[in-house]
Amino acid sequence: MRIVVAMKQVPDTAEVRIDPERNTLVRDGVPSIMNPFDAYALEEGLRWKDALGGEVIALTMGPPQAEAILREAVSMGADQAVLLSDRAFAGADTWATSHTLAAAVAKLAPVDLVLTGKQAIDGDTAQTGPGMAATLDWPQLTFVGRVLGIEGGRIRVERYVEGGVETLDSSLPAVVTVLKDANTPRMPSLRGKMKARSLQVTVWTAADLGLPQSETGLEGSPTRVVRIATPESRSGGEIHRGSPEELAAILADILLGEGGGE
Amino acid sequence: MDYFLSEDIRAIRELCSEIAEKHIRPVREELDRENRFPHEIMKVLADSDLFRIYIPTEYEGLGLGTLSLCVAAEELSKVCAGVATTYAANALGAMPILLSGSDDQKKRFLPGLASGSNLAAFGLTEPDAGSDAGGLRTRAIRDGDSYVLNGTKQWITNGGEAKVYTIIALTDPDRGARGASAFIVEDGTPGFSYGKKEDKMGIRASATRELVFEDCRIPVENLIGREGTGFMVAMKTLDNSRPGVAAQAVGIAQGALEEALVYASQRKQFGQRIDSFQGIQFMLADMATQVEAARALTYSVARMIDGGVKKFEKEAAMAKVFASDVAMKVTTDAVQIFGGYGYMKEYPVEKMMRDAKITQIYEGTNQIQRNVIASALIRETASREK
Repeated sequence: MRIVVAMKQVPDTAEVRIDPERNTLVRDGVPSIMNPFDAYALEEGLRWKDALGGEVIALTMGPPQAEAILREAVSMGADQAVLLSDRAFAGADTWATSHTLAAAVAKLAPVDLVLTGKQAIDGDTAQTGPGMAATLDWPQLTFVGRVLGIEGGRIRVERYVEGGVETLDSSLPAVVTVLKDANTPRMPSLRGKMKARSLQVTVWTAADLGLPQSETGLEGSPTRVVRIATPESRSGGEIHRGSPEELAAILADILLGEGGGE
Repeated sequence: MDYFLSEDIRAIRELCSEIAEKHIRPVREELDRENRFPHEIMKVLADSDLFRIYIPTEYEGLGLGTLSLCVAAEELSKVCAGVATTYAANALGAMPILLSGSDDQKKRFLPGLASGSNLAAFGLTEPDAGSDAGGLRTRAIRDGDSYVLNGTKQWITNGGEAKVYTIIALTDPDRGARGASAFIVEDGTPGFSYGKKEDKMGIRASATRELVFEDCRIPVENLIGREGTGFMVAMKTLDNSRPGVAAQAVGIAQGALEEALVYASQRKQFGQRIDSFQGIQFMLADMATQVEAARALTYSVARMIDGGVKKFEKEAAMAKVFASDVAMKVTTDAVQIFGGYGYMKEYPVEKMMRDAKITQIYEGTNQIQRNVIASALIRETASREK
């Protein structure tokens, strides 16, 4: 099995603010982490490597400092790390990002499986995984809560969808996006950390991927962010005091729309 | 204080701290209350390569030496000394093989200990032989290609959980300590069983049990070194493991200090934070100074050992006695700073105080450490006067 885990370096969401002038995330001084969903994708890849043999390649697109999450992936057990970094990639929307990542997956051929988190916690689009699948023309299995098996060039998964669980069987290669239900990511190992420290991260530019500028970064992105606004924070709810009977009466009034509630 | 630790050792600290926060802190109270062995945590430590650090690279270890073990034990002890004891007791159990085992014995046993798939334990203490190891009664009588063991070992950390036991027993009872030998006994050997699990004051996540030998037959290949060298093997083992106990004590004390600092910054009395009172400030300052001094001494001894110095029994005993006394003092002061809350089980400092006590007792009581230090001083003075 040759498994690629596509991951993203994201700001720790607990710390994020938005620049009201430029409508962009303020990243200064905010710690960067591996997108938490991608950690589950990585763990899933490592588990199948442990079971079936093969290798796991951690892949990301981002500025040079994004290699920190690749080293983290290697400390957990990934065998190789590939960073897609080029000024031409800057400002990419999910279309351009998917396109660029897919080009890297193609360059890494033969790849049996691409795993990634169901979405990134900064953009929350959940589009990059499906976008890669579309660009590669591979099957896509999204919102996967459990990988049941990989055998004979096929993969069987459970998709946790609204109101139920869908069991799907697909040919490989495929792109699978993973939920937190799938597993518990392992701790790094000491030997992994030692390897990660000395690892030479492979860096590919647009030229290495053979991508024209018109297909990458801002220029290759059909989407424009028109406005980002912080929703007004809600004020606290109403607090009522009284006996259970009184409270029940107040609650009933509110629910019936007679108590001055919204 | 900056101890200029190597990148590898800094990585060990980081990893242990992450494991302690994620896997130990959430369960430590429960492990303590239920007297429960931390199997899951040992698995995490094993998967993270932490059992490899003190084992040489030839035997699937990482060969990072005594200082690496001290840093790991300290970091784990900050959060739970019971878990840390379980971890560090493996190094103690492996030590006789590491120091005095044959290449064949090392090849047979160390890789399994390095991977963490097997735990180890060291068996010296007996009901009538604690500080006075000369009172040993367990016998190992040669019979053809085997030794037959009879006797009972007491208070053995990792007893019943370990797969590999290094045991000191008498091959020549008439010669007392000089008639002792060291052996490797594997779990499951016929005639080898376990007594009851002890209900201890502290380090309750660790398993402490009796080892019972009744006509337990082991192959002669399991003799460590030569017959009659068992006492020496045991003493060398303890000299090497004492910095680890010191590191544990440093960790316990650091953990208690950190709890006390946070509490003192939040607790308000007389309308102000209690860390604004000089009475509390002086306590905190003394605690921090003592912990740092204990750490400095411990790391220095570990570096001496890793640097290849042959004689370090005095320094190892100094580190153990000093750090464990500091741990007892600092944890007691932490409980004092917490006041009534500190005495309650809902807060972690009373456990730290109970855990600290054992570091003054095991692997040689602090009175025995002072004996070791004093006799070394007297010997050194005598040799200078010649």
